[in-house]
Amino acid sequence: MIKLFENIGRYFQLLGKVFSRPEKMGIYIRRVSFEIEALGFNSISLTAIISAFIGAVVALQMAITLESPFIPQFMIGYATREVMVLEFSSTVVALILAGKVGSNIASEIGTMRITEQIDALEIMGVNSASYLILPKIIATVVFFPILTLFSIIVGIVGGYAIAFLTGIMLTGDYIEGLFYCFEPFSFTYALVKGAVFAFIITSISAYCGYYAKGNSLEVGRASTMAVVASSVTIMIFDLILTQIMRV
Amino acid sequence: MIRADHISKTFEGRKVLDDITIEFETGKTNLIIGRSGSGKTVLLKSLVGLHDVDTGRIFYDDVCYTDLKFKERKRIRKDIGMIFQGGALLDSSTVRENVRLPLDLFTEFSDAEKRERVDFCLERVRLVGADHLYPSELSGGMIKRVAIARAIVLNPRYLFCDEPNSGLDPQTSVVIDNLIQDITKEFNITTIINTHDMNSVMEIGEKIVYIHEGHKWWEGTKDDILQAENPELNDFVFASAMAKRAKSVTK
Repeated sequence: MIKLFENIGRYFQLLGKVFSRPEKMGIYIRRVSFEIEALGFNSISLTAIISAFIGAVVALQMAITLESPFIPQFMIGYATREVMVLEFSSTVVALILAGKVGSNIASEIGTMRITEQIDALEIMGVNSASYLILPKIIATVVFFPILTLFSIIVGIVGGYAIAFLTGIMLTGDYIEGLFYCFEPFSFTYALVKGAVFAFIITSISAYCGYYAKGNSLEVGRASTMAVVASSVTIMIFDLILTQIMRV
Repeated sequence: MIRADHISKTFEGRKVLDDITIEFETGKTNLIIGRSGSGKTVLLKSLVGLHDVDTGRIFYDDVCYTDLKFKERKRIRKDIGMIFQGGALLDSSTVRENVRLPLDLFTEFSDAEKRERVDFCLERVRLVGADHLYPSELSGGMIKRVAIARAIVLNPRYLFCDEPNSGLDPQTSVVIDNLIQDITKEFNITTIINTHDMNSVMEIGEKIVYIHEGHKWWEGTKDDILQAENPELNDFVFASAMAKRAKSVTK
């Protein structure tokens, strides 16, 4: 328990260093665009594949589960939209990205720590925490909501595709369901969750890597720790945000 | 000049540096030697401020470095160049980007001026034509030379080298040693080298400090070391039978 509080304290200390005034804005802007490509664009294909399949599976499951003369068929489209917007595209995609992006960040920064690259930056007078972590945080906080939106669209298209290909329902009903009781705020809710989860994944993973010490084994441990801690924190904040922003 | 005044450092109850007082002179290659685990790396890292000492003070010329706050230290850190054991080059950057980084962060040079300065440093370490390569594409000797180029790009007044020859063949080691010594003379830098390479000691050791179990055990020049009667120093420097014979012949 003491260790947990110690880690939380050190995490906030690190955030203090991360958000201190950057040395030169121009360098940071260049690094942010690099990180958007490395952490954001490189996650598009994974997000697309998973979202398309989940969208299709959700539509299929709904069609089977809601098969009743008393339930209109457009409810399948409605349910698919709600699942994708409210939970899957923000939370589940965040959990998947915690594995991909989180382990990537922790191992990258951890390797830099054990190979003295971070020390080299410190010797130059560079605020290494800000230089290495801030661009990653900005890149993911900006890009993950876009990825969330992208996931929603691909998931819904996946549901449409399965309806079209299998004929389990009329595509017209599916589309009607997509617009049924449409609440624009649910998109805001999904995007806010995307941004918050991006911050959680990036900052926690960076923290695990930044304080890695020893050898490659420790970097591996830091990487695993980053995924576990990010995932648990995401679930906790999912609950908190859902309660605060009840749609 | 860099001066350590009665510095001590403890890690988890173990005293790694114990009341060390040393002065490193400007324009000379100052060597810290000692066995593995003797505390020489901790000493070097304490001198550059990567470790805070428990007691004692460190002076860079007339400025007491240990009394400075984090932000005030930045001013001195810009005058420090450091070559790490493994080079510590940024893996995701090319040779040129690695050398250019301090210029990007701390100068207002134009692009052309930065290019000129990077070219000068790469030429100085004889690495022309390798500027587009990544660290993973370089040999051990090339990595050290890039690290040297990066360390001198801001015209430092103090240069620290942590085992610059580790992992290098004897010929490349001599090249690196001579390069460091030439740069020290050329730019009148205070250079401190942490090493246990005896070839370096005999080649460029203008001032040598021997650290033994966290204490300063001996200091002198490369000529003094041949005549030294200190048993621990002799055991360390003349560890092999061949070296012992060489010493007896010199005597």
